[in-house]
Amino acid sequence: MNFLFRRIGFYLLAFWASVTLNFLLPRFMPGDPVTRMLSRSQQRLEPHQVEALRTMMGVDGGALIPEYFSYLGRILRGDFGTSISRFPTPVSEVIASQLPWTLLLGGTSLVIAVILGNLLGILAAWRRGGILDSVTPPLLVFIGSFPYFWLAMGALYVFGINMGVAPLRHAFSVGLVPGWNLEFIADVAAHLVLPALTIVLVSLGGWMLGMRNTMIATNSEDYILMAEAKGLRPHRVMLNYAARNAMLPSVTNVGMSLGFIVGGALLTEVVFAYPGVGYQLLAAVQGLDYPLMQGMFLTITAAVLIANFLVDLVYVRLDPRVRKA
Amino acid sequence: MSQNATFSQPSPDDEALADPTSNRTRLGLVRMLRTLLRNGKAVAGLSILAVFIALALLAPVFFPDDPSRITSAGASAPSLEHWLGTTAKGQDVLALTLWGSRSSLYVGFAAGILSTVIGVLVGLTGAYFGKSLDEALSLLTNVFLLVPGLPLLVILAAFMPPGLGTVIVVLVITGWAGSARVMRSQALSIRGKDYVSAALVSGERPLRIMIREILPNMASVVMTTLLGCVIGSIGAQAGLEFLGLGDVNTISWGTNLFWATSDGSLMLGQWWIFVPSGLAIALVAFALALCNYAVDEITNPRLRRPKHAVTTTSATAVHREDSK
Repeated sequence: MNFLFRRIGFYLLAFWASVTLNFLLPRFMPGDPVTRMLSRSQQRLEPHQVEALRTMMGVDGGALIPEYFSYLGRILRGDFGTSISRFPTPVSEVIASQLPWTLLLGGTSLVIAVILGNLLGILAAWRRGGILDSVTPPLLVFIGSFPYFWLAMGALYVFGINMGVAPLRHAFSVGLVPGWNLEFIADVAAHLVLPALTIVLVSLGGWMLGMRNTMIATNSEDYILMAEAKGLRPHRVMLNYAARNAMLPSVTNVGMSLGFIVGGALLTEVVFAYPGVGYQLLAAVQGLDYPLMQGMFLTITAAVLIANFLVDLVYVRLDPRVRKA
Repeated sequence: MSQNATFSQPSPDDEALADPTSNRTRLGLVRMLRTLLRNGKAVAGLSILAVFIALALLAPVFFPDDPSRITSAGASAPSLEHWLGTTAKGQDVLALTLWGSRSSLYVGFAAGILSTVIGVLVGLTGAYFGKSLDEALSLLTNVFLLVPGLPLLVILAAFMPPGLGTVIVVLVITGWAGSARVMRSQALSIRGKDYVSAALVSGERPLRIMIREILPNMASVVMTTLLGCVIGSIGAQAGLEFLGLGDVNTISWGTNLFWATSDGSLMLGQWWIFVPSGLAIALVAFALALCNYAVDEITNPRLRRPKHAVTTTSATAVHREDSK
């Protein structure tokens, strides 16, 4: 339990640091973000909204400390200000409507990549020097060298534009009403295949090689030899003895790689015009929509921190040593 | 077993005894270079890298004119006149790709090296002094590791004045933590070694112990971290510029891809506009990754490929483990 409390404290600290960074950035960077934003928003803002923006961005010259505490209060209430590019929707509403799609894309590809990559790693390490061990790693490392978004562009070009077998954009077909019916779910799945596939392909190599290398170390342990000597079935030794013990670093890596997967998902969304946070991010960057960018940063950070906590829970379940400590 | 040993434990009859520092290092470097050149992955990686660096340096020779100059009608497919075709605006894609390699490689290596240096400083300091300083530095490192990179990159780049310098600074801010964590754990294990205690007892200054005793013994880890940081920086820079957050006036692989999408070349089926820059990023990253695996293999004999296929628990494998 002690371990989990320490982790929660750490996550709160990390979130506080991100909020503080968010608060300080517009105040200490040269230039006046509000003026830059106003020139883009074509005077659609009411005077009191401009005032609110100035306060939020800290360019009205107010005292730093009281402003900081009122900012913390607003963030805790989930008030990230008003979006400029989707005026006059509040930032939190814009993000809330898009976050589920990003979670769907990022979550699906992460789960597939982790399971498939680890399985391949286990098999490759079990048959050292076999076909799987000698052909797949270099190939996957090569694919993994491509930027996410470029592989996404390539996949879209080949499968979407040239062959016409995959949908070109969006998360579901135009005219379809979202709902929990078979037709809609099938349509969403069809739109998910290509974006998820590119993320899985790029990240697969890392998982496979990580698992392979830990497995190789585990395989030379005495208890593996013992299990073999006892006459256990090979696949039982492989999965329950070797892989079970080689899994811990992979679980830690899931937490570490979450931020990376999110980044990849954001860029992939841009290519596929997938209606997640990443696609909106592009609009935010082009429209100099600072409140939206900052809100996205905080929301994604919070999501990653929560996911990390879930990983910790799994870790406690898997590693009895942390439970005792 | 690895070249690390040659740094730390020269045999007594070693000729290096006369001038311990310079000869020892030179011998180690020569040996490391020789081992690297015997490794196929290292040779392949270094050759690809050398080709790209040569092309980047020679870009002004091949294309002395401004590469963003409009030279022909827009969006023509590859031909004898324009080997890789032209963009929607009519710029030569080959010229853009070659010139783009200059800023991409420059930013990638600069940000990668800076991130590694900061990582080494933070990791070594924390591991050497320990106690509250180590805890504070580890906490800082872990916070930066956890905060998702791309969103942080985006808000940093959005608020800072645009330019190559900003891109490098932003990449270093988001990239140093990973190397710091690796450095700390490696330095921590070396910190407990007897020869470090011996240096402490003999009254050497902390800075000297860190640089002369600890750092040379983690050379291979510094190397792999550096390569990883450069790969990460090149990829992150491309992502940042792809979103339009770099300096859109400089030519780099990332901005080439940004213009390719904003001109809609993908939807129009003009593959020659977006393929070269992405392929270049991938090849450079792949070359660096190859070097990385080579260093890994050289310093960790367990990862070397067995001569023939074996199951892990077959007799020979077990025997080899025992005899070590």
